Amino acid sequence: MDVGIVGYGVYIPRYRIRVDEIAKVWGENPERVKCGLLVEEKSVPGPDEDTATIAVEAARNAVKQAGIDPQDIGAIYIGSESHPYAVKPTATIVAEAIEATPDLTAADYEFACKAGTAAIQTCMGLVEAGMIKYGMAIGSDTAQGAPGDALEYTAAAGGGAFIVGKNGSETLAAIEGTYSYTTDTPDFWRRDMRPYPRHGGRFTGKPAYYKHVLSAANGLLRQLQLTPQDFAYAVFHQPNGKFPLHAAKELGFSREQAAPGLLTPTIGNTYSGSTMIGLAAVLDQAKPGDRLLAVSYGSGAGSDAFSIVVRDGIEDKRDAAPKVLDYVNQKVYIDYPIYAKFRRLLVK
Amino acid sequence: MAVPRFWREIPNRYNLVGARCGNCNKILFPPRSICPFCRRMGKLEPYRLKRKGKVFSYTVVHVAAEGFEDQVPYVLAIIELEDGPSLTAQITDCNPDEVKIGDEVEMVFRRMGEESQDGVIYYGFKGRLIKP
Repeated sequence: MDVGIVGYGVYIPRYRIRVDEIAKVWGENPERVKCGLLVEEKSVPGPDEDTATIAVEAARNAVKQAGIDPQDIGAIYIGSESHPYAVKPTATIVAEAIEATPDLTAADYEFACKAGTAAIQTCMGLVEAGMIKYGMAIGSDTAQGAPGDALEYTAAAGGGAFIVGKNGSETLAAIEGTYSYTTDTPDFWRRDMRPYPRHGGRFTGKPAYYKHVLSAANGLLRQLQLTPQDFAYAVFHQPNGKFPLHAAKELGFSREQAAPGLLTPTIGNTYSGSTMIGLAAVLDQAKPGDRLLAVSYGSGAGSDAFSIVVRDGIEDKRDAAPKVLDYVNQKVYIDYPIYAKFRRLLVK
Repeated sequence: MAVPRFWREIPNRYNLVGARCGNCNKILFPPRSICPFCRRMGKLEPYRLKRKGKVFSYTVVHVAAEGFEDQVPYVLAIIELEDGPSLTAQITDCNPDEVKIGDEVEMVFRRMGEESQDGVIYYGFKGRLIKP
């Protein structure tokens, strides 16, 4: 495989709500929630933000970091489960806002939380086949969680954008392999015209998240003949803080390998943005030569695993755009009434 | 706003595409078809303005325009862009007390409104304070 990452960018809205604030409304014990989910607070989109605006900010950061002419982007795919329109692509809005139009192909993807990594794979194929010079894959969401549901503590907003191109002097990391594992497992879904998803509670764990994440990771390790010791970092989809750490342990990765890419405790689950932002956080601090594992998970269900080797180019490029921690640390707390207004939970 | 009008203005609203006169080099935003300085001698071409500027003046809106009721109190500012032209835009992601005349801002992509619940969504530029 001769493709790599030319640039990446993220965006996380600045508003946060603490688990304590949500627990207070529903009469739950916040310490129990925090301990059960390993989440302290989550990001909340502002009243003028949605999946498209988050994707545009991340995409603009990626273009800035890559230092490429956006007219050379031949494909844009955006994965989300909260596209602003049911019919009308988010991808065209983003393509226009980064001045990549009109000579490109674009589409929206949907596969619960893994549609962004599915977009990376599509771009890898198109680049490898020589059909496009650069492809942009975005995972962006303003996740919905029904008021009072366990999801409300974690359903957050954020996005990550990756520009894929042929390996060369401009790639900051090479993608040396990808492996996917997919089955029909109804652990989480949202029916048409329904505002909130439903989930299978504990069923989302063993037969869903763990089975797919572990199978995809093991499949990739087998394919590339690598072991966890060959990796400096491991990033997993993070619906909460607990699942990814447990998956890392099951696979034989240490907490030190998994912790730098784990952001759910401070920003919540950014759904399609989750693995992408985790990977970006690790790229923000990795050294040339480091090997990274990234495994996404999308309910329904499937996982995409990637093995990525950081190249020398990263040190020249990564300061060109804001980093993940810049966004994580820039925050303003809101209370539940303001949260309810921002998320349009109030009936007027 | 009618859909065709919004669509026509997408380059201006998404990417601050204005015009530059090849004769007097003045930059205009929004773009015009005739240079107000050179008239018939003007040669206008599309020009993408840099997304940076400064707050020239501002007001805090408490009685909102339709569609902005949920955002009060919000800041509406005249922003002097680095390239010269000034424009009026909301300053997003801020508490009104945070804004001062002279503050540096960057223009960001935000949701401006929607035609109706089942209508088209309008996107465009808002200012955001650049924190030192």
